[in-house]
Amino acid sequence: MRDVAIVSFASSSTPHSDLEDVEMLAPVINEALARSGVPRRDIGFTVSGSCDYLCGRPFSFVMALDAVAAWPPISESHVEMDGAWALYEAWVRLQHGDIDAALVYAFGKSSQGDLRAVLGAQLDPYYLAPLAPDPVSFAALQARALLDAGRCTERDLAAVAVRGRRDGGLGASSEEELLRAPYIASPLRAHDCPRSTDGVAAVVLVAGDRARQVCERPAWIRGIDHRIEAHSLGVRDLTRSPSTELAARKAGVAASKVDVAEIHAPYTHQEIILREALGLDGGTVINPSGGAVASHPLMSAGLVRIGEAARRVLDGTAHRAVAHATSGPCLQQNLVCVLEGDR
Amino acid sequence: MEGKQDVAEGSEALTSPYVLEYTYRRSLGPVVGRFLTGLREGRIEGVRTASGRVLVPPTEYDPESGAAVGDFVSVGVSGVVQTWSWVSEPRKGQPLDRPFAWALIKLDGADTALLHAVDAPSADAMRSGMRVTVRWRAERVGSIHDIACFVPGDEVQAAEPVAPAEPVRRMKSPVHMDFTIGAGRTLSRFLEGVVQGKLLGRRCPTCAKVYVPPKGACPTCGVPFADEVVVSDTGTVTSFCIVNVPFEGQTMKLPYTYGSVLLDGADIPILHLISGIPADEVRMGLRVKAEWLPEGERQPTLASIRWFAPTGEADAPYESYAEHQ
Repeated sequence: MRDVAIVSFASSSTPHSDLEDVEMLAPVINEALARSGVPRRDIGFTVSGSCDYLCGRPFSFVMALDAVAAWPPISESHVEMDGAWALYEAWVRLQHGDIDAALVYAFGKSSQGDLRAVLGAQLDPYYLAPLAPDPVSFAALQARALLDAGRCTERDLAAVAVRGRRDGGLGASSEEELLRAPYIASPLRAHDCPRSTDGVAAVVLVAGDRARQVCERPAWIRGIDHRIEAHSLGVRDLTRSPSTELAARKAGVAASKVDVAEIHAPYTHQEIILREALGLDGGTVINPSGGAVASHPLMSAGLVRIGEAARRVLDGTAHRAVAHATSGPCLQQNLVCVLEGDR
Repeated sequence: MEGKQDVAEGSEALTSPYVLEYTYRRSLGPVVGRFLTGLREGRIEGVRTASGRVLVPPTEYDPESGAAVGDFVSVGVSGVVQTWSWVSEPRKGQPLDRPFAWALIKLDGADTALLHAVDAPSADAMRSGMRVTVRWRAERVGSIHDIACFVPGDEVQAAEPVAPAEPVRRMKSPVHMDFTIGAGRTLSRFLEGVVQGKLLGRRCPTCAKVYVPPKGACPTCGVPFADEVVVSDTGTVTSFCIVNVPFEGQTMKLPYTYGSVLLDGADIPILHLISGIPADEVRMGLRVKAEWLPEGERQPTLASIRWFAPTGEADAPYESYAEHQ
């Protein structure tokens, strides 16, 4: 296996941006490229993640290519998924050995549409979509199952929110204060739900010695794996995330101490399920970025988790970090990435 | 996280409502079709997997093993709530128009759970483990909505008979999504210029090319644009096509011409109608000028230019626009 590292990361997000996709992307991509030390012409592969339903038009990624200078023609790909899966494709592409650097980016403007309708469109069209269930209600079914199983309390959920809001720069709050709020979809309150934002993110991956040349402390991808479960909620044990457990095992999370974990948990109770699935204990700092509680830019939120985990390795505050990304209703699909600095 | 938000105060960007709407026609296949046919007839059927589990609602393959599923099995119309959530503000298209619970319900005889609505008086009446029973819709058509909802308890209510009909083989899946699409700052600025009868391009700081209409970044350099440049509304036809095919929504009389016009001062041609000249006389190099709608009638759209019409000047030499083809 070829060693591949994250050498730079940039992102931006805001609850409602008046910029269009390319205006949001170009500065962030240029920032990631500038920080990487890799000239644009040396990028051998470019791959993005986005969602046409979120943009409201088919093949929306082709317009976004204005942000990456696709002339002379570049080698490019796209996934209709969170950018974390685009990063996986770039990592696989770098394993071919013929190129040394790849650019990964993701974009999405949740504020343009109705997320209930957009996320509803991913559901089984025969049994689920006709009933028009919304994503918060789905998450609430999962949260109830976890509460009923005695694996957490509503106070535990509030504690996740208090920490996320504090670390994400949204200010101090208390569990008592949050628990006084009404339910949005019982048992979930507003603080349990993702803070939806418009956002973009970009990551530059570099392989082998070239990574050491351009970066003082590359964040090496020591393991990366993604797994998916059945779609229907009724055939799954919603209180566990077996796809995360398996991806974590394949990525080698348990091999040694994890300093920092960035977990993509759109809802607070999902962080509790995922912490267990990843096998993390009290010695790991969870979501120092604030996580989805602080900002959830749909389609880049997973890539941001990888970028934020890499940031801690790049700046030397962590030696070993784990990043997780999720997709689909109630954690249907999960990606786990282990990052390490050089000793 | 839900719903639309207002554009931030002081925003420079134009927005427009936009609806995405279409209807898929789906073939149901032997398993989903039979299940929905069963609902129309007032019974619930699952399928048995090789491992002996009964899947309700049924799938064509065992989601655990991928193996094809076996026989159909009738299951009960009552079952147990596995988990639930409360909806205080129902939305259009949901099973009930008053507050209700979503629940995953494991029917008697099934090993997996079905998602549906429970018509309970309040969240206090809901708990995991409670028993619930189907309430059938009177008019059933072969849809998951043939189950109107579930109600607490075990009291079975017979389904009203429906007229015999062919098995259900297809369904319609309507999609409707409302958006408020933003033009972004760069394009908004251009469109505001159009209302004033001005064409505002943007110059790339790297390659110095002027784009009209401008985009968020130079597509060949990947960098945000720098200076704004007022571009002439006179230019040269670099290419064109003659439209002879009628289509819905057409406003021009056939035949008419659609052309690429390289505006003086711009490096990228814009596409617009060419008029004021017979279609068979339009040619590359033809000099044309924008014919604007009167001030006051202009909207932030390129339709504020009615078309481009010949200026009467001599044709531009090919060399003058060869690299802008």
